[in-house]
Amino acid sequence: MEFFVIFMSALLVNNFVLSYFLGICPFVGVSNRLDSAFSMGMAVTFVMSLAAVVSWAIYNLVLVKYGLEFLEIVSFILVIASLVQLVEMFIRRMSPVLYQTLGIYLPLITTNCAILGVALLAVLKQYTFAETVVFSVGAGLGFTLAIVVMAGIREELDAADVPAPFRGAGITFITAGILALTFMGFSGLVR
Amino acid sequence: MSFAKEFSKGLWKEIPPFRLVLGLCPTLAVTTAAQNGLGMGLATTFVLVGSNIIVSLLRNIIPSKVRIASYIVIIATFVVIVELVMQAYFYPLYKVLGIFIPLIVVNCIVLGRAEAFASKNGVALSLADGLGIGLGFTMALTFLGGVREIFGKGTLFGHALMGASFEPLSFLVKAPGAFLCLGVILALMNVISDR
Repeated sequence: MEFFVIFMSALLVNNFVLSYFLGICPFVGVSNRLDSAFSMGMAVTFVMSLAAVVSWAIYNLVLVKYGLEFLEIVSFILVIASLVQLVEMFIRRMSPVLYQTLGIYLPLITTNCAILGVALLAVLKQYTFAETVVFSVGAGLGFTLAIVVMAGIREELDAADVPAPFRGAGITFITAGILALTFMGFSGLVR
Repeated sequence: MSFAKEFSKGLWKEIPPFRLVLGLCPTLAVTTAAQNGLGMGLATTFVLVGSNIIVSLLRNIIPSKVRIASYIVIIATFVVIVELVMQAYFYPLYKVLGIFIPLIVVNCIVLGRAEAFASKNGVALSLADGLGIGLGFTMALTFLGGVREIFGKGTLFGHALMGASFEPLSFLVKAPGAFLCLGVILALMNVISDR
């Protein structure tokens, strides 16, 4: 039950993009087309869960033991950067097709603040190992949900007559605002 | 001459996040009040200036293959300094900004300036660039925070502004209001610059 609450909260109620404002850059940058948005979401979910788990282990098994908590940020970002590198090499070997699809988005994940955000939040909330897994997968799927819905709306917006000053980033943020408003409707679901 | 030029471009021509649409997460998340925007902006400015100086000093030593990783470590070092200083001397603000202080590490503006400017230019110019972009970012965050605070709470820097009869649009200090405000401001910037 507790896992369910953590999962739903990360997925919908405290959606990382629309309520915590984490990962806005890819959310705005890669939500032009539905298929690339979905690929980006999946790649982020994958790296996010891995990064959260490895960071959790490093923090709780190494840093706390030796009183080095101040190295939290430096070590987490190094973990993420090397994980992204590893995942990139792995995918290139195992599935060239998937590698082609993800293309430029893979290296970009390093500077996605949602990834570092999940790792930091899991430590901040003092989650256990299992809770960290559930939390990071929920957060990643929440990111995917938000970016896919956004891409769906933006594909329709291409055909709409948007007032000139709002074209480009302006209308994207207005759309995101309305989307965030609808996600606020989930706020009573779990606490 | 060019020192002044590099400094001033950040204040209007390339002001982040309005012109350079980068660094959006802190922009949206912490600007519920002018004071938070100001604090976040100054913290980012410090990191930006520090990392620009170090990256510029080391630009001929760092091998280009590992440059991004090296920049991130340099940036992370300055972020840790900011975090510890704020924890010690500005604890209330540290509490409000929360997770967004460590997240300065992945602020694309900081890494972007290191890669695009400091790795190619001298120390003085890099300092000017970092200071300009940083203060521009601070201005933008303070402005956005001010707008949301005035209309969302009826105050500015905590002082009551709108009189007792004003009904605050509390929607603006919540998450959707941040997106709407930024969207409208970007549109206004387009109108102004098209003139």
